[in-house]
Amino acid sequence: MNQAMTLPSPPVTDTAPSIRMVEVAQRQRWQDALFHRVTQLFSLLVLLALAGIIVSLFMHALPSFQKFGMAFVWRVEWDIVNEEFGAAIAIFGTLASAAIALLIAVPLAFGIALFLTENCPVALRRPLGTAIELLAAVPSIIYGMFGLFIFAPLFAQYGQPALQSTLGQMPLIGPLFGGATNGIGILAAGIILAFMVLPFIAAVMRDVFEIVPPILRESAYGLGCTTWEVVRKVVLPYTQKGVMGGVMLGMGRALGETMAVTFVIGNANRLPTSLFSPGTSIAATLANEFGEAADFHISALFALGFMLFVITVVVLALAKWLIVRSEKARGA
Amino acid sequence: MKRLFLKSVAAAALAVSCVAPALAADITGAGATFPFPIYAKWAEAYKAATGTGLNYQSIGSSGGIKQIRAKTVTFGASDAPLKGDELEKDGMVQFPAIIGGTVPVVNLEGFKPGELKVSGTVLAEMYLGHIAKWNDAKLVALNPGKNLPDQPITIVHRADGSGTTFNFTDYLTAVSKEWADKVGKGAAVKWPAASSLGGKGNEGVAANVNRVKGALGYVEYAYVKKNNMNFLQLQNAAGKYVSPDDTTFAAAAAGADWFSVPGMGISMVNAKGDGSWPISTASFILMYKEPANSAESVDVLKFFDWAFKNGKKMAEDLDYVPLPDALTAQIRTKVWNQIKQK
Repeated sequence: MNQAMTLPSPPVTDTAPSIRMVEVAQRQRWQDALFHRVTQLFSLLVLLALAGIIVSLFMHALPSFQKFGMAFVWRVEWDIVNEEFGAAIAIFGTLASAAIALLIAVPLAFGIALFLTENCPVALRRPLGTAIELLAAVPSIIYGMFGLFIFAPLFAQYGQPALQSTLGQMPLIGPLFGGATNGIGILAAGIILAFMVLPFIAAVMRDVFEIVPPILRESAYGLGCTTWEVVRKVVLPYTQKGVMGGVMLGMGRALGETMAVTFVIGNANRLPTSLFSPGTSIAATLANEFGEAADFHISALFALGFMLFVITVVVLALAKWLIVRSEKARGA
Repeated sequence: MKRLFLKSVAAAALAVSCVAPALAADITGAGATFPFPIYAKWAEAYKAATGTGLNYQSIGSSGGIKQIRAKTVTFGASDAPLKGDELEKDGMVQFPAIIGGTVPVVNLEGFKPGELKVSGTVLAEMYLGHIAKWNDAKLVALNPGKNLPDQPITIVHRADGSGTTFNFTDYLTAVSKEWADKVGKGAAVKWPAASSLGGKGNEGVAANVNRVKGALGYVEYAYVKKNNMNFLQLQNAAGKYVSPDDTTFAAAAAGADWFSVPGMGISMVNAKGDGSWPISTASFILMYKEPANSAESVDVLKFFDWAFKNGKKMAEDLDYVPLPDALTAQIRTKVWNQIKQK
């Protein structure tokens, strides 16, 4: 302070504060630019990693693609000893188990999220919400062991015979429930996957339902709408994107899930003939066979991994396209 | 499950021994998962006795072969032996270190372990899917007087690539021409039976067999013993029916003609001798004849020398079969002397 007092003070003019302001502005601009660059670098790192994964997957998969060409995608063959490979069995298992999982999990998650945001007593909201989040934190190996040691025996003893004697007797869909009732297979894998993706979808749906402005909801109730009408006409249109996002998150997890599926899908390299028959998924095949694979087998496994990557990208793109189309249709 | 516990204890011991300040440089090896529990057990005892530790990574047989070829480890371990010309090309030697066996297990009510008998060709036909029911005429003919149920056979196999599968399919290939032509042998194969299910690891196969009525699977011997599973008696090359135990594995090792092929890479399946268990296997060690670091190589030989002399009880406790003394003596004089020791 003293020093400042003794120094010859600069002449007080009109420009002095503005110079200081310019300095501050310049510094801020520089800081902003730096911040911008740093965050840009971070996001570019993600792109770089992604590109690296694609390139290295493709390079390792190349020998397989060269040998089998595009036919690799639909060849129904996985013969390690004779080095004849095709992805159809694993792709089918992956898509079928993920589809079953979503078919079960999405309506359930929707109901859970609705109850939590619309009807749930406040005292129950916290414990129920926390329970769902806890379910999401259970490691997948636990689901796998639960599936193999607890769910599968019960499913074989009660679930599968019941399905076989009811749905299995119906025309058209009957054969889907044929075959041996071992408790494990495509359907069992789908059900275990549903358990796993349910908390993810439910948690996201609950969060997006909560951001609907109360004024919209209360106006609708004020006009005499039932809870279902409010949900159907107000909440869902408002949160459509978020709901789709939740479903996509669940689907991504279902497509790539490894340990839990390996335990219950049956790991048979054959095209399943019914929902009860064992099959395999891409992730399960990779997990099972990578350890002892050699030479050309490794290349085929990389090609499978590449296929999983492609499937995920296609599914995500399809979902984005659906959202855009429905927004256009509503004139948004 | 107990085996799993032992494995984790052994792994923990190994991890601890690696963290402890190394008095001498630790030996490094990598490869087969099947012998990992016994190598870990030996390593623990060897560390206590000599202060030299072993860092063995059980990454799988093909991984072990890759690692030794890349010279990142001093020895590689593989359940399937390398062929003589491959060894020659890489300048490596190969010797067996431990013996184990694979056992067909079943889930059939009303039968004691070992009560049912099966021949190699019939076992192959069951795995091919030709024999799909337990009361098939061929099974009834082998088991006169037994009330075999009218139950479908569910085939259970390993889903993951493994030495156990190699051993089992090696046996089926040896006894069945059709199996050899259609399927072949490998760490993982294309299972032909329409009813086949894959389980992950020995635990997974054991769990599926115990769960599914009428199931037929194959596991390492230790799992049969620990889980008290119902196994099948097998007909061996001499035409006798034998049960799996230490003596029949040892008989198979004694009956094998180890030096009939270069690199000792014989297959022990369908071994000669009245008392031989037909699906026995050895797990092999791979080393360079002219190692880059001779001192490390000598340390590895010292370790196995010690293990062959002092590790028999440990091997038996873990349900492996140690090599017979006559064989280890031959390994010392015929194989180890090829490795340059400065």
